[in-house]
Amino acid sequence: MLQRLSFIPVRLIQAIPVVFGVTLVVFLMAHLLPGDPATAILGDKATPATIAALRTQLGLDQPIWNQYGLFVSHLFQGDLGTSFTYQRPVVEIVLAAIPVTLSLVAYSLTLALIIAIPLAAIAATAPNRGRDIVVRIYTLIGQGMPQFWVGIMLILILAVNLRLFPVGGYGNTALEHLYYLFLPALTLGIALTPTIIRSLRSSTIDVLGSEYVATARSKGSAGVTLFRHHVLRNAAIPTVSVIGVTMGYLVGGSIVIEKVFAIPGLGSLMLNSIFTRDFPTIQAVTLFVGLFVVGVGILTDLTYTLLDPRVNLTGSVRS
Amino acid sequence: MTRTIPVPANNRGLRRSAKKRSRALKPWYTNTSLVAGMIVIGLLIFVAVFAPILTPYDPIQQDLRHALQDPSAAHWFGTDKYGRDILTRLLWGTRVDLRIGFLSVIIPFVFGSILGALAGYFGGWFDTLVMRIVDVFFAFPFLVMVIVLVFILGSGEASIYLAIAAVSWVAYTKIVRGEVIVAKELDYVVGARLSGMSHARVLFRHIGPNVLSQSIIYGMSDIVMNIMGVVTLGYLGLGIAPPTAEWGSMILDGQEFITSHWLQATLPGLLVVVTSLGVSWLGDGLSEQLSPERRK
Repeated sequence: MLQRLSFIPVRLIQAIPVVFGVTLVVFLMAHLLPGDPATAILGDKATPATIAALRTQLGLDQPIWNQYGLFVSHLFQGDLGTSFTYQRPVVEIVLAAIPVTLSLVAYSLTLALIIAIPLAAIAATAPNRGRDIVVRIYTLIGQGMPQFWVGIMLILILAVNLRLFPVGGYGNTALEHLYYLFLPALTLGIALTPTIIRSLRSSTIDVLGSEYVATARSKGSAGVTLFRHHVLRNAAIPTVSVIGVTMGYLVGGSIVIEKVFAIPGLGSLMLNSIFTRDFPTIQAVTLFVGLFVVGVGILTDLTYTLLDPRVNLTGSVRS
Repeated sequence: MTRTIPVPANNRGLRRSAKKRSRALKPWYTNTSLVAGMIVIGLLIFVAVFAPILTPYDPIQQDLRHALQDPSAAHWFGTDKYGRDILTRLLWGTRVDLRIGFLSVIIPFVFGSILGALAGYFGGWFDTLVMRIVDVFFAFPFLVMVIVLVFILGSGEASIYLAIAAVSWVAYTKIVRGEVIVAKELDYVVGARLSGMSHARVLFRHIGPNVLSQSIIYGMSDIVMNIMGVVTLGYLGLGIAPPTAEWGSMILDGQEFITSHWLQATLPGLLVVVTSLGVSWLGDGLSEQLSPERRK
C-alpha cells in the first residue's frame, strides 16, 4: 500500500508546470482585453488617477515577464488585487463563495451517482433488451438538454406547480442549504448522468462477462450481493476517471445553474463581475476553477490507484 | 496532388482489394442512426433556410398590442412580451444556433488536428511542449473559458467563434496525436517513409486520412457542445445580442413568464434537445459507417 502511494510526489511534481501554465493563462487574460489593460479593466468612467494607480499595481510600465513575475509573487502572498465592485480583497470574496459552489458540486455528484448506478445496472444486466434501450434513450436525450433549461423545467414542475421546493436561494442553516440546493443539485446531477451511465454500463457488461463473476455465480451469489461484492468495485474503476474528467464540466455548469437558482456561489460572483466589469474578480474565479480542476485530476489518479491494485507507480495497468 | 508516382505492383493489388472491400460496404441507407440524424438535421436546415417563407410574421418587429397572447390559430405558440410570434422566433433562431453550432467546429477541428498530427508524428520536445499546453487548456472548463473569452473579446458572433476555437482545439489535438502515434509504427507508414517520401507527404497523404475518422466522430459531439455553449451564452445575456431571435435568449425571456406562459421557456429548449439528438444520431451513424466492422 505504502509503495503504491509513493507515486503521489511524482504526480505532484508533474502538476507544477500545468499550475504555472494556468496562472500564465489567467495573467494573459488582462492583456487580451482590447486597449490598455488598466483602462479596459476599469472601464470608461475611471479617472486618470485610478488608472495610473492600477497601472503601477499591475506593473504595466515594466516588461511583460516582469509583470508576470509580479503577478505570481502577489499570488503567492494571496493577493489577487482588490474588487472594484466590493472594494475588498478579491481573495476574501472568492474564499467566501467557494464553499457554496463546492457543496453544490458535491451534492450534484451524489445525486448523479444515486440516479446513475441503478440505471447502469438495469441496462447492463439486459444489454439490447427493452430496459437497456429505455436507459439509452434517456442518456441520449439527457446529454442534449441545456443544463439551465433543465433547471427551469424543474422549477416549473417541482417548485411552481407542485410547490415542493423553493424556486431559488440558498437558505441559512445547514438543513436549509440541503433543501434549497436540492433542485440545483438535481439539475447538475441529471446533466452528469448520461456520461456516468455510459461508462458504468459498458464496464459492468465487461465485468459481468468475466470469469470471476461466473465463479461467484456458480457459488450461489446473485442479485444485489453479487453486484456489491463482485461487480461494482471493478466496474467503477474506469468510471472514477470519467467522473474526474467531468468535474470541470460540473464546475462550469454550476456557474450557469447558480444564476438560474440565485445561489451566492462562484458562478453568481463571476457573472455579476462580468456585468460590472470587475476584472480582478473574474481573474480570481477563473484561476480558482483552473487550479480546482488540476487538483481533482491528481485526486482522481490517487483514487484510481487505491481502487485498482494493478495500477503501478507509473500509472499504467499490468494485464 | 495531380502528380502520380509509379505504384509498385503489390501496392496496386492492395488498392484493388481496398476497392472491392468498399463495394462490399453495407449501403449507407441501412444505417438507421445515420438516416435518422440526416432526417432531423435536414428538416432543421430546411426550416432555417425557408424561415421567411414558412411564417408570415417578422421575428423582430414589435407589436405591443398583441403582447403575451395565448396559443391561437393566428399564433400557434402565442406571442412574447413584445408581441412577437413565438413560432416565428423559434424558426429564425434555428438559423443562428445551427449556424454557429456547426461552423464553430471548423477552426478547432483543422487547427487541433494538424497540431496533434505534428506532435504525434515528430514526438520529442515539440510533442512534450504541445501536450503540456493541452494539459493547461484542459484545466479550464469549456463554459468558464468561453464565458470569460466572450467577455474579453466583446459580444457578437465573431467572438463566439474565436472563444470556442480557443477552448476546443485541445480535444482534437489529443485525439489525433494518439492515433498518429499508433499509426506511424504501422507497416504502410514505415514502408512509405522507406520509399523516400517526404514527412509532409507521409503525414498528410498516408497517415492523415486514416486517423481523421476519430476526429470527425468527436466533432459531431463537439457540435452538440457548441450549440449548448451558444444557447447558454444567449441565456446569460452574453451571446448574440437582442433582438435577434436565438433560442438561449428566448429561454431567458420566457423564464420571466414561467408561471403564466410556460411554453415560452419550454419550446426553445425542446428544439435544442431535438437538434442535439439529430447531431448525436448523425455522429453515431458516421462512427458506424467509418468503423472497419461495417465493411463485412
